[in-house]
Amino acid sequence: MKFQIEDVTVYFPYDNIYPEQYSYMVELKRALDAKGHCLLEMPTGTGKTIALLSLITSYALSKPSNPVKLLYCTRTVHEMEKTLAELRFLHNYQVKHLGPSARILALGLSSRKNLCVNPSVISAENRDSVDAACRKLTASWVRAMAVENPNIPTCEFFENYEKAASDAVLPPGVYTLQDLRAFGKEKGWCPYFLARHMVQFANVVVYSYQYLLDPKVAGIISKEMQRESVVVFDEAHNIDNVCIEALSVSVRMQTLEGATRNLNRMSQEIERLKATDAGRLRAEYNRLVEGLAQRGNLPITDTWLTNPTLPEDILKEAVPGNIRRAEHFLSVLRRLVQYFKGRLQTENVEKEGPVTFVASINAQVGIDQKMLRFCYDRLHSLMLTLEITDTDEFLHIQTICDLATLVGTYTRGFSIIIEPFDERMPHIPDPVLQLCCHDASLAIKPVFERFQSVVITSGTLSPIDLYPRLLNFNPVVSRSFTMSLTRDCICPMVLTRGSDQLPVSTKYDLRSDPGVEKNYGKLLVEMVSVVPDGIVCFFVSYSYMDGIVNSWHESGILKEIMQHKLVFIETQDVVETTLALDNYRKACDCGRGAVFFSVARGKVAEGIDFDRHYGRLVIMFGVPFQYTLSRILLARLEYLRETFQIREGDFLTFDALRQAAQCVGRVIRSKADYGMMIFADKRYSRHDKRSKLPGWILSHLRDAHLNLSTDMAVHIAREFLRRMAQPYDKTGAMGKKTLLSQEELEKMANGAGDMLF
Amino acid sequence: MADKQVIKRAKYKSSVKDPGVAGVLKMNIERFVFMPNDPKSTTKLNVEFRMIKGHKFTKEGSSKQALLNLTQDQGGNYILEFDSFADPNAIAFHAEAGRVVPDKSAPPVNNEQLSREETERRIKLLQENSELQALHKQFVYGGILTEAEFWATRKKLLDQNDSRRPKQRLALKNEMWTVKPLSDGQTNRVTFNLTPEIIHQIFAEKPAVRQAYLNFVPNKMTEKEFWTKYSRAEYLHSTKNIVAAAAEAAEDEELAVFLKRDDMLANEARRKIRRVDPTVDMEADEGDDYIHLPDHGLLQNEAKDVLDSQYEPYRRSFSQDLNQHAAVVLQGRLIDVELGDTRTVAEALIRTKKAELSDEISNRNLERKLSDRISRIAEKQIEDLQGSPDPAQSHPSDPRDYFDSQQPNALKALGDAGSGTKPLRSSVSSREAYGSLRDIVSDIRVMGLSEPIVNQEVALKVLNGLTQNISSTKLHLGNNPHESVLDRLPKVTKEELLHHWTSVQELLKHFWSSYPITTKYLYTKVTRLKDAMSQVYPKLQEIKESVQSDFRHQVSLLVHPMLQALRCCLLHTTMQMYRRDLLRRRKTNGSV
Repeated sequence: MKFQIEDVTVYFPYDNIYPEQYSYMVELKRALDAKGHCLLEMPTGTGKTIALLSLITSYALSKPSNPVKLLYCTRTVHEMEKTLAELRFLHNYQVKHLGPSARILALGLSSRKNLCVNPSVISAENRDSVDAACRKLTASWVRAMAVENPNIPTCEFFENYEKAASDAVLPPGVYTLQDLRAFGKEKGWCPYFLARHMVQFANVVVYSYQYLLDPKVAGIISKEMQRESVVVFDEAHNIDNVCIEALSVSVRMQTLEGATRNLNRMSQEIERLKATDAGRLRAEYNRLVEGLAQRGNLPITDTWLTNPTLPEDILKEAVPGNIRRAEHFLSVLRRLVQYFKGRLQTENVEKEGPVTFVASINAQVGIDQKMLRFCYDRLHSLMLTLEITDTDEFLHIQTICDLATLVGTYTRGFSIIIEPFDERMPHIPDPVLQLCCHDASLAIKPVFERFQSVVITSGTLSPIDLYPRLLNFNPVVSRSFTMSLTRDCICPMVLTRGSDQLPVSTKYDLRSDPGVEKNYGKLLVEMVSVVPDGIVCFFVSYSYMDGIVNSWHESGILKEIMQHKLVFIETQDVVETTLALDNYRKACDCGRGAVFFSVARGKVAEGIDFDRHYGRLVIMFGVPFQYTLSRILLARLEYLRETFQIREGDFLTFDALRQAAQCVGRVIRSKADYGMMIFADKRYSRHDKRSKLPGWILSHLRDAHLNLSTDMAVHIAREFLRRMAQPYDKTGAMGKKTLLSQEELEKMANGAGDMLF
Repeated sequence: MADKQVIKRAKYKSSVKDPGVAGVLKMNIERFVFMPNDPKSTTKLNVEFRMIKGHKFTKEGSSKQALLNLTQDQGGNYILEFDSFADPNAIAFHAEAGRVVPDKSAPPVNNEQLSREETERRIKLLQENSELQALHKQFVYGGILTEAEFWATRKKLLDQNDSRRPKQRLALKNEMWTVKPLSDGQTNRVTFNLTPEIIHQIFAEKPAVRQAYLNFVPNKMTEKEFWTKYSRAEYLHSTKNIVAAAAEAAEDEELAVFLKRDDMLANEARRKIRRVDPTVDMEADEGDDYIHLPDHGLLQNEAKDVLDSQYEPYRRSFSQDLNQHAAVVLQGRLIDVELGDTRTVAEALIRTKKAELSDEISNRNLERKLSDRISRIAEKQIEDLQGSPDPAQSHPSDPRDYFDSQQPNALKALGDAGSGTKPLRSSVSSREAYGSLRDIVSDIRVMGLSEPIVNQEVALKVLNGLTQNISSTKLHLGNNPHESVLDRLPKVTKEELLHHWTSVQELLKHFWSSYPITTKYLYTKVTRLKDAMSQVYPKLQEIKESVQSDFRHQVSLLVHPMLQALRCCLLHTTMQMYRRDLLRRRKTNGSV
């Protein structure tokens, strides 16, 4: 369908539209017109992504002279793929209705690991070794040598891409990562570098958050994006955590040992170079004297992660004299590593600010703040001079330099915490030195400043006024939409008591109570026999999940569950979890039915949908509070209280409830879908906790469902499932309209102003 | 055909315990004759099937002998034992057939040579479906249709049954085998129980154990030693003492195989991850995650237990086992061998794995496929936003959705006029259904009369229309207990009506599918069918008249369409015959 929003004709690839999607587009258009930032909360299952893509692409089409570019940031690669697939669907529709003038170039960008097609490179185990393997074949010096010596291997895909030179372009269209790989294979061009190149010309780029938020990556990838771009952060409820993580570094004993090895290797390289090609070191020195810490335009293959600090904080001065020489710099690093080793010997927890920390470094090993700040760039330059290709081996020393540069640059919003052992296991020494960032606004600030519109959107942004404070920006539009449901297709319940009427909770004092474990187990056993297809269970942490699953196994509860459904479980190993999920879906597809055990802050909770038959029921076992004794969390809470006057308790509850809402929100993906949500903890019945849940869940949480025991919950589940099996009218003819066709929409737009919201 | 015989080697027994007299059993459709091998023996039998009133035989697959027990009318029975199982079925078939139509002089036995499986399948179908059996009885034994003709229209049923069969294998048990030490409390001994089923499961879930078995047994150790060692490893693992396990493994390299992490699984995982559904691929995220470079980012709140690197390979979690177990159960039983011999099980598993691997290698265009898959998912994502789906395109696997979407249309659809015949939709009220059916029938009549040779397509349409409408009405009525007219009828009448329905349906199907008549064969078939129809016709009339006056109207409503359809056929054939006659006469005239 197509319709007008003020001066923009919106092309929407479906025949009908939800009223909230329409309102969402109207608000979004206001923000684009105002060239300002916006914050939009819309419940899951109302088609945010397609509404957003439709409006922004239509907006760009309506302004052909100065089309906006869309930078769409997702949290995960699979969300990236899904977004691109939806975009392709939309694009096909637009091309069909507008002809070739609607053609755009849209592509996803990811790391080499997900894009490389060279079989010898891609066989490497992890991302860093893939990067290094690629570098070994494509670094400028390697290729230069290969010209003289044909025995040196290069990458044929990259060579072909280079040979094609300016002909190597992607024709307009929408490319998922898989499409890029297929295209690369077909043409014999390297898809990774092709994509990197095409990003500048694309109308829509879909990539990970980190490509904009993490200065190390943003520095190489997103440097050249124009100001007239719209940046979208989808599923952004955790964006503050991503921001603070992007600027945090931790150092352990292993890191320091690795760094020492790196330094030894580098000094050998320097010795070798001195003997064979002293000119190169001298050239570097001269360049540094001239003040260029970073060598101008590097070939695309030589770029590496850049400075960990934010662009405007990078010093544009000459490198200090005492680290210009390679040997001198190495000795500075050695001293620094030694200093860190000394600090890790401590027996008490220490916490200090960056200023004290820098002062203490200066006093003890004579490295001043300016030298610290240049550490990263100096290291980068040295590695290029030494022509090091196995960058994956050098991550340790890079970590040290990242930390040095960050601590030398920022004086507030950070703290240094040294812990000799983990609080929960005091008998195992595991010293760690952490530089943690507390201020989420630091990392995202350059994004707000550089781009004209930044859209932050998610299903759960409640309370919506908290985010502008945490991220320190002024949105021109800040709206929270409710969901108009055709029928009561979600059924949230709060389960406070088990089958024996005793309270259930994951509170510390009840957590390991066998009675609670048994009650939780009984709940699941009852539910697997009632609910068809898929059931998802979320636990508060991996350790809790492991513990309870083991105890269920020993008490035979797991066996009872298995009589009804297959059991899959998330582990800390992503490969394994991915395969488990894939199998889980297969089991749901074929009708076998399965249960998936997952963790509230884990990777699955973050980005996997359990829509339709993949999830008819979610059980949230417990309230997913953060580990409140963690020093880092305490330091952050203190910072929040001092700077934003946010109370600790409020923040913790907000954080736990947004995680819980996120977990249970995964079951519903459209209004035709249906699912149940069980919050299994007595604390959810308290008003202060419950009220932090997003409105679209609260509005379906009936008073009668606030204090249930297992048998009552089973009864409600049966009733609910029976009700959902009845046919119904999808357009919501009774009372409110929940689905609008084109005519209805036009009528509404022409009619008296405001609509259903 | 009548003298078609089955000759079997069998033993005649006076009772089950009796060793029996070996001999030859000859059977035709009328009688069976038993001739003992020993000519002097007196136990000769020559019994007509009409004397037999029942038969029983031991279930296939049971470990007992294959026995056939024929019960005689006057009491007393014959017990026959066969060498193999497949045959009693065939015999039973004969017995059954003979019993059912004892007075038919020329029972129609298949003139085509049927394979044993084919026969079995047909018998099985008949056994499962009593309606089908009734039809079969009526038409095939009634001589109206041949066996082949009867089954020709049910090819699908046969095929379907066939294709379903290999899938219906027993699944693996969804139960994890864990070492539950049974100690007697006195000695320091732990006992384990292993069955072939468990061994199969272990092999399927743990390729390393399977490989080790093939390597070690029987060259290095005996089977018993092998499993003892394995159980020991499992026991060590269950104690969760990694250090102790590592220490034991260091001393015993074979034990170490079991204790170490399964490398084959890890390789397989790496291979599989490439073809995983991209919408769940979390492994790909790691590629973009530069925040969690080693030692970057904040520490996770999860405490990881730190282990020395030398113990690392011995770390194994219950979660891993759980996932692997569920994956194997989901995959189902891959092999089809007897579970008794451990070695063959292991080898068969390896073979299937290899076949899988080569399948994957040959599977090119992986990217395209994956990409297509995501596109499809994306388009389906918000299903209710899409307009009402075109029924032709709606996914057949989602009949429920289709039904839901069609609900609002159902009422108004009935009045729609289509091309040639009326379009067919599911009906809401039975009255309307009959109305439309009547219209259809009268249409046919008009066409049948105006057009002597029915266009094949039209015929097919008509046929489909008729049969579908009849059956759907029946379904509708049968399923709705409150409104059903049928339920209010006396039970006998109802049964009879339903039976006629199906049989008329069958006749019509065969009748119309024989047109245009191009061969002699079809001509005879049509003649036969016509005769059968003309027999049914008065019966229907009879029913109509026999019911009480309260129901007469409704019954006549029910019967009327059938009568009309039959009348139409009859009329059509008469016309045809007349035409043929005319043609022939003209020809003869011409030649003269």
